[in-house]
Amino acid sequence: MNNDIIINIQQLVKRFPIGKGEFTALKGITTSFRKGEFAGLIGPSGSGKTTLLNIIGSLDMPSEGEVTVLDVSVGSLTAKQAALLRKEKLGFIFQSYNLLQVHTVFENVEFPLLLLHYNASERKKMVMEALDWVGLTDKAQSKPSQLSGGECQRVAIARAMVKKPVLVLADEPTANLDATNSHTILRTMEKLNKELQTTFIFATHDEKVISYLHRKVFLDDGYIVKDEWVKND
Amino acid sequence: MRIAIQLALRNLLGAGLRTWLNAIVLSFSFVAIIWMQGLMVGWDYQAKRDMQEWEIGKGQYWHALYDPYDALSLENSHAVLPNQLQLMADKHSAVPILITPATMYPNGRMLHVHLRGIPSDQTLLNIPTQVLDTVLTDALPIVIGSSMARSAGLKKGSRTMIQWRDSKGTFDAVEAEVVDLFVSNVPSIDAGQVWMELTKLQALTGLPHHATIVSLQDTEQLPNTLGDFVLKQQSDLTKEIDEMIQTKSAGQSVFYIVLLLLAMLAIFDTQILSIFRRQKEIGTYIALGYTRQQVVGLFTIEGAMYAVLAAFVALLYGIPFFIWQSKVGFTIPMETSDFGMAIAPVMYPVYSVGLIVSTTLIVFVTTTIVSYLPARRIAKMNPTDALRGKIQ
Repeated sequence: MNNDIIINIQQLVKRFPIGKGEFTALKGITTSFRKGEFAGLIGPSGSGKTTLLNIIGSLDMPSEGEVTVLDVSVGSLTAKQAALLRKEKLGFIFQSYNLLQVHTVFENVEFPLLLLHYNASERKKMVMEALDWVGLTDKAQSKPSQLSGGECQRVAIARAMVKKPVLVLADEPTANLDATNSHTILRTMEKLNKELQTTFIFATHDEKVISYLHRKVFLDDGYIVKDEWVKND
Repeated sequence: MRIAIQLALRNLLGAGLRTWLNAIVLSFSFVAIIWMQGLMVGWDYQAKRDMQEWEIGKGQYWHALYDPYDALSLENSHAVLPNQLQLMADKHSAVPILITPATMYPNGRMLHVHLRGIPSDQTLLNIPTQVLDTVLTDALPIVIGSSMARSAGLKKGSRTMIQWRDSKGTFDAVEAEVVDLFVSNVPSIDAGQVWMELTKLQALTGLPHHATIVSLQDTEQLPNTLGDFVLKQQSDLTKEIDEMIQTKSAGQSVFYIVLLLLAMLAIFDTQILSIFRRQKEIGTYIALGYTRQQVVGLFTIEGAMYAVLAAFVALLYGIPFFIWQSKVGFTIPMETSDFGMAIAPVMYPVYSVGLIVSTTLIVFVTTTIVSYLPARRIAKMNPTDALRGKIQ
């Protein structure tokens, strides 16, 4: 791993309006992530880990503070610029897979490439490569409804990885999976992290995920309470 | 745009039965609108053609005082035919008609009618005038339309008394015999009209060589006025048909507006349901790099594509239906003499490219607008809530 910082967070505060008042989800977070990290935001429900992940992914905006992702200040992005950042540089993996149900596995994985205007033959090659990474080449023409939960999450990983993004953000990726499937997809992601040098940041409280992490950033009540390096490649 | 169309098509085809049900409902609107409008166009063509063949030819000369809506004007609205018109009548390229008000007494009843004198050897109009000169009878031979015969209780061979006033105002009467009946879709030559040989009517009224109107084979190179007669072009004479068709079309349009509204309701409902049910999907599109406005565009295109699919579905059963209808026609399920204009018992729809293109455009634009209205909600969605499928 090199020391290039790709995410820099300074005094990040995030507030949400609730009725006439507001709720502060993040209370002055300062941290950074380097290229190639396999890191996790760990904490109980309501600790702010998903909120932080969403801000890093430019799906949400900071209330205060500065968040720089790949040399771009998230707070200053227009909706179009944020969409461009997500389209070109980021991959997302969600707890409930969020696959497009009426599309086939191939079409789901192909979707980010369509947005990037790859031609049909390039798309086919890249989709099949991504499905090969997750061991689902034989399911290319299946619909998500025909797959198990583990297979769905592997499709989601392929979709996140197909464009070889710099950064993949995974929100509770194993929450709906059994132990076997969880380990399978975690090993897949760990392999991709090593082979492609893709940075992975998880939001999780699943012990299985935590056991794979190289860096653990513990959050509680909107604060970072511990930042721990477990392994260093 | 290309990607959005590609995705919209995938989403629609992937949705299966729901998509096809909407497309089928919308296709009904396509077919019904085109068919109804085609019927109106067909009616217009047929009414004008019938008027031309039965009454007006390619145009008419009217006596300057003639007003078909004022029976009192008939007393003075006649004149001796100018030489040019008389020559044309001799060559059968013009048909002079003398019109006189009269009273008829069929079966003890009294009916106000118009006696119409027409040359029995004319060939310009479809009225069977030849029998006026060929049937042997001791009474005055007359020809009437089937509608008139029905309302007066007359049939071929019936005899009836006819009373009129001559040019000096003297009442006179004669017994007439119905020597033939004709069936025509033009009410103005049928209802209340009694046809007889022109020279006989001229003699009965003391108006030799007079005529009220002259139907023409051709109006080209004819002056606007000839003596007391004023030229009326075919388009002037059929103007009322156009106006009547427009009025009827406006009435018909209520039906297809209702049809279209029902189809639009289905599209609107589907869109609303989609936006609620597909919030995670919307969030996913945004996470993968779409802006909210692009997702609005995607959903709008999806809705608009129902119109495209519906057009294809409509093609499948619409084209055979249209061809079949244009061959067998549509039987008017009512007494048509009340319409006040030429209408055949069977109408044959006429479909033009303009009609099909304009209908397709109307349905497409309406569907797009109806799809866009609910899709605007997406622009207000919070992507993180959408990703969680949280109802917004």
